Amino acid sequence: MKTTVFLGALTVAGLAAGAAGAATLDDVKARGTLNCGVSTGLVGFAAPDDNGEWSGFDVSLCRAVAAAVLGDPTAVEFVPTTGKTRFTALASGEVDMLARNTTWTFSRDVDLKFTFTGVNYYDGQGFMVPKALGVSSAKELDGATVCIQTGTTTELNLADFFRVNNMSYEPVPIETNAEAQQQFLASACDVYTTDASGLAATRATFETPGDFIILPEIISKEPLGPLVRHGDDEWGDIVTWTLNALVAAEELGVTSANAKDMASAATDNPEINRLLGTEGSLGEMLGLGNDWALMAITAGGNYGEIFEKNIGENTPIGLARGLNAQYTDGGLLYTPPFR
Amino acid sequence: MTTLSDPPAESFKLSMLVYDTRYRAITFQIIALIAFLTLVGWLANNTIQNLADLGKEPSFGFMFEPAGYDINQRLIDYSSQSSHLRAAFVGLLNTLLVAVLGCITATIVGVIVGVLRLSGNWLIARLMTVYVEMFRNVPVLMWIVLCMAILIESLPAPSAFRGDDPASTMKLFDSVAITNRGVYVPEPLFARGLGDISVFGAFDISLDLIAILLVLGGSIFVSRRIGKKADATQEATGIRPRTWHIRTGVLLLPVIVLLGLLGFHFGYPELKGFNFAGGTHMRNSLIALWLALSLYTAAFIAEIVRAGILAISSGQSEAAAALGLRSNRIMSLVILPQALRVIIPPLISQYLNLTKNSSLAIAVGYMDITGTLMGITLNQTGRELETVLLGMLVYLAISLSISSVMNLYNNRVKLVER
Repeated sequence: MKTTVFLGALTVAGLAAGAAGAATLDDVKARGTLNCGVSTGLVGFAAPDDNGEWSGFDVSLCRAVAAAVLGDPTAVEFVPTTGKTRFTALASGEVDMLARNTTWTFSRDVDLKFTFTGVNYYDGQGFMVPKALGVSSAKELDGATVCIQTGTTTELNLADFFRVNNMSYEPVPIETNAEAQQQFLASACDVYTTDASGLAATRATFETPGDFIILPEIISKEPLGPLVRHGDDEWGDIVTWTLNALVAAEELGVTSANAKDMASAATDNPEINRLLGTEGSLGEMLGLGNDWALMAITAGGNYGEIFEKNIGENTPIGLARGLNAQYTDGGLLYTPPFR
Repeated sequence: MTTLSDPPAESFKLSMLVYDTRYRAITFQIIALIAFLTLVGWLANNTIQNLADLGKEPSFGFMFEPAGYDINQRLIDYSSQSSHLRAAFVGLLNTLLVAVLGCITATIVGVIVGVLRLSGNWLIARLMTVYVEMFRNVPVLMWIVLCMAILIESLPAPSAFRGDDPASTMKLFDSVAITNRGVYVPEPLFARGLGDISVFGAFDISLDLIAILLVLGGSIFVSRRIGKKADATQEATGIRPRTWHIRTGVLLLPVIVLLGLLGFHFGYPELKGFNFAGGTHMRNSLIALWLALSLYTAAFIAEIVRAGILAISSGQSEAAAALGLRSNRIMSLVILPQALRVIIPPLISQYLNLTKNSSLAIAVGYMDITGTLMGITLNQTGRELETVLLGMLVYLAISLSISSVMNLYNNRVKLVER
């Protein structure tokens, strides 16, 4: 281990140390905090408030995992990562998991050696333009200047979209969302493109959100989800099933308000009992306490609660559930059974 | 009687490697070299082994796969279907472009500021001091971001040029458009161009450009011959014949005739759709980076120039003044040539610094080699080790070439001692 840490410091920011520390769960327990990679600041998904307290949709997932593993939703060290630094941070072991609007793609899963542990937001790439431009469709964007965060899947989709539609564009590559926003608001680019949820979140922070429209075309599938390093299946299972527990809790009607009551005594729904640990030993199978799901759910609520609180229609970001509704409501959220 | 015999030939014993001072120094150096190479080998082997354990054996095959992303500023043909290698090359050219532009501007500004800082005029000297201290003491990244922010926020968007009563108009007889996306200037076009010649199928070189350069080179050669002839006449007769009008004619006429034959004209930028089209587009990212790097490095060069000038004894300028030279000629003919041998060695470092600092380009979205190879390619392929190694090699190569060229120049101007 010592040699590998030394090597890591010398060469590739400790790529090797990550491989040596395969038992992430033990590391996290020994450390007492979960290192969670998040975005550098995207309101609604992950952003620090005035007191430096992180909150948001992705942040809630980090807190839920910390609660499930350590019993404390505040035992999280948030590591802000950019589109460029995120994978190195995860591969090198600087973070235990990444919850950062990251699209699940074949090459990231297979070639970059990461394991995606589910989808917490079904998204697609969209375009935002000022209303004054008078554009109503992405097909009218020939010759436009497009601001884009570099190193993302959106960069590749954008190139494909314009090439397939025989249109030209001028890409303005930007490192972070904040810089892209500055250029876009100063009209240094006509269009800002990223995941539609990110566009909505960015627009919500504008002084006059009404002056901008998000074009109807969604040009790609962007299943966003948390990911962990390849090769540590136990840890991957924990993140997967914590996310599943939050989704299942919504489906089963377990909320942050009633979860404790439901867990105090067995209910007449056996799946709720297994989820909350009053029946069976699902928690032990994961190497956690039997109340792991209860802790995760009470940390920030079930999936629906987290959604409504951070990015839902009553927030400035105002995203409809859409694809992210439960399968019972015509959405795509469908967890494997807890049994 | 005794006979003299040769002293017995000393046989070589292994212990002499340590105890004999003739061999000891070499022994230790060889041991140190072996130890060092072992360490390097162990590190490399360990890295490869650990990457292999992660399932990511080092390989450079990805460089030949399609890159998939677009680059806005490209000096050679490139599309999103080109390979990562070509993308890296585009980035390399962009790095070189900003480095060359930056070094030239920084030298000009630096020399002027350095000389003015020694000016007898109190106000000018103090103003130059303020400039130097301002730029020397604030990180270059902030100057880059500041330049970009000023360009973006203070200049009009292309939409301001639209409509019957636009808020902004194009400058210089409607030929230059200054917007917050960059500056659009007229581009030279040829109605009867000679076309391009493809070099190894990798990039094209304009035949027009080659023709113009050839003609210009010939003109300069002829012009110098005329100058030499004038020198000889002056040497022989003491009277210098008037040649400037002939030399100007020789320099200009052939090029003008060639341009006329090629159908030279300007392509003006005009508003088209969202942006200006036509003309040459100098992006704000390039301008901001160029400006910030030049001004920042110029502050250091100014100090080097000042130190070089102060190193020349004041007797030199007094002697030159006694010969009746004016002060600007004293500076250019007596002081600066002598100061150069003090100035050039640290100047090389400043050129290297400027080139390396250009890797901060991504802060303003300029796609240099750090942005393409060590940025997007790294990110899309996840090959950190390979891309970073390649990037380091490229910067090493650039830096070594700059310093070897500058050292050649240094050898030419340094004081020849007899």
